[in-house]
Amino acid sequence: MSDKNEKTEKNERLSVFKTYKLYVGGKFPRSESGRVYEVTDAKGKWLANAPQSSRKDARDAVVAARKAFGAWSGATAYNRGQILYRIAEMLEGRRDQYVREVGEAEGLSRSKAAAQVDAAVDRWVWYAGWTDKIAQVVGGGNPVAGPFFNLSSPEPTGVVTVLAPQESSFLGLVSVVAPVIATGNTAVVIASERAPLPALSLGEVLATSDLPGGVVNILSGRTAEIAAPLAAHQDVNAIDLAGADEALAKELEIAAADNLKRVLRPQPVDDWADAPGTDRMTAFLETKTVWHPTGSLGASGSSY
Amino acid sequence: MPTTAPHALSDVTASDSTLRRFLHGLPGVDAVGLEARAASLGTRSIKTTAKAYAIDLAISMVDLTTLEGADTPGKVRALGAKAVRPDPTDRSAPATAAVCVYPDMVATAKEAVAGSTVKVASVATAFPAGRAPLSVKLADVREAVAAGADEIDMVIDRGAFLAGNYMKVYDEITAVKEACGTDARLKVIFETGELSTYDNIRRASWLGMLAGADFIKTSTGKVAVNATPANTLLMLEAVRDFRAQTGIQVGVKPAGGIRTSKDAIKFLVLVNETAGEDWLDNHWFRFGASSLLNDLLLQRQKLATGRYSGPDYVTVD
Repeated sequence: MSDKNEKTEKNERLSVFKTYKLYVGGKFPRSESGRVYEVTDAKGKWLANAPQSSRKDARDAVVAARKAFGAWSGATAYNRGQILYRIAEMLEGRRDQYVREVGEAEGLSRSKAAAQVDAAVDRWVWYAGWTDKIAQVVGGGNPVAGPFFNLSSPEPTGVVTVLAPQESSFLGLVSVVAPVIATGNTAVVIASERAPLPALSLGEVLATSDLPGGVVNILSGRTAEIAAPLAAHQDVNAIDLAGADEALAKELEIAAADNLKRVLRPQPVDDWADAPGTDRMTAFLETKTVWHPTGSLGASGSSY
Repeated sequence: MPTTAPHALSDVTASDSTLRRFLHGLPGVDAVGLEARAASLGTRSIKTTAKAYAIDLAISMVDLTTLEGADTPGKVRALGAKAVRPDPTDRSAPATAAVCVYPDMVATAKEAVAGSTVKVASVATAFPAGRAPLSVKLADVREAVAAGADEIDMVIDRGAFLAGNYMKVYDEITAVKEACGTDARLKVIFETGELSTYDNIRRASWLGMLAGADFIKTSTGKVAVNATPANTLLMLEAVRDFRAQTGIQVGVKPAGGIRTSKDAIKFLVLVNETAGEDWLDNHWFRFGASSLLNDLLLQRQKLATGRYSGPDYVTVD
């Protein structure tokens, strides 16, 4: 008892609780609806209140993402790579915070949580390297039977809605968001419903990483409630259903069919730490092919 | 001496001094109160069926405007087609009130909207500055009317107004009104952003109405400050009071800076609460706008289908 008293006297400072907010258009708004919901750790202990987004928050996020698309997709791949690398740098500096948040959210030991965060930082670096290389891998010159110089190049799809994985609150989130924006898309991300805090904190890193506002917009709340209007939204070009269960995925895919959105169905992932490959990038790329007339072919079979 | 319809206030325009005495005798505007009133009316929540009604009403009140140096006949024709049928995918969308163009485009616009209810409005009198001799301004108006304009949007001489030369402004408006003849309705633009004070906007409103304006209009859309809820509220109060005193109803047209459906609906609330239901008609209230129409159509599609629409589903103007 006396021990405890001594302790309270020493800790006279009031605790400063963090107000978790959404990240939309480079700003940190509360939900338009004013709602919040309680977020607990793996054992049910209260951690914080997170904003419970409404469909209007989703609408605002799409407007922000659309506005950001022109400049982001038009930025040089090299520049996008630099910015993604900058995100990794900023994350590294706040490693301890994320280790704590991920540990609490997923009930992991400190060392396991640290491994997740390190893998997430490395994931940003991995995709930062890919920004100016993906075009060479999936695009290129095509041999055609005619006097044409025929080139294919990948182009970003547009505004992509991303349902972040429900279980892996941070590494899973980074693994689905980074490939979307690496190639020039902009994203509206719905954080893990049960463990949204690492995602909401990621907004603070993105805001200080030279990433233009609106390129990534992060919403927290009930996944099904936010995803439904986004899947039906006519100004969303693609949707990644990683965080949807089977029933929700089916429902969203039907809604998404109306304007022919690209849909990435939930992929089975054993371990988010495994090497990701390029599939998540190519899922949200479209191929543009250009035919250049070269004039008549000379005797050598080539005019140049 | 200029002549207007005889009414209770006809003697105030007898001379420069009576006009000045009248305009300066108007009660001063409580700026804080005016802005607070406009802001509080802007918080009304208009939802579901009321919203659908308001959106359709707002579409029917739009003066679809293109006033650029780069206007081509093709652009004016496209604008006319859009005014007649704003949403080609939904025939229940109402037509807009008018298209608003420069005088040299009136004939093209007239052709584009032929056979519809859409009117052709033309800016005139050396729009937007209004800095030209009266004879040039009148020629501008006559040309536009001769080309078939149903409505003339004139700008007042702000220089003369600010110098206190009210009679000159009055005479100019009456002369333009005369040039409009009986066919064309006259909208008088005050360019409220250049009048500096709310008191001046109130005086200009009364001056315009005394001189025979069919509409009073906030701005040209070419300066930094255009239509705001506060200055429109002030003008709505003026037309309400003018009708109470003279029995003559005058329309109001806010122009410039109104881009979203939300803004437009706020203005409709102002109209209903200030001037009254009589003005909730495109004969008496208009929006001077271009990008507003697209947002109204997007909102209309959202209400009809339940899903958010996008800019891919309206025209690029």
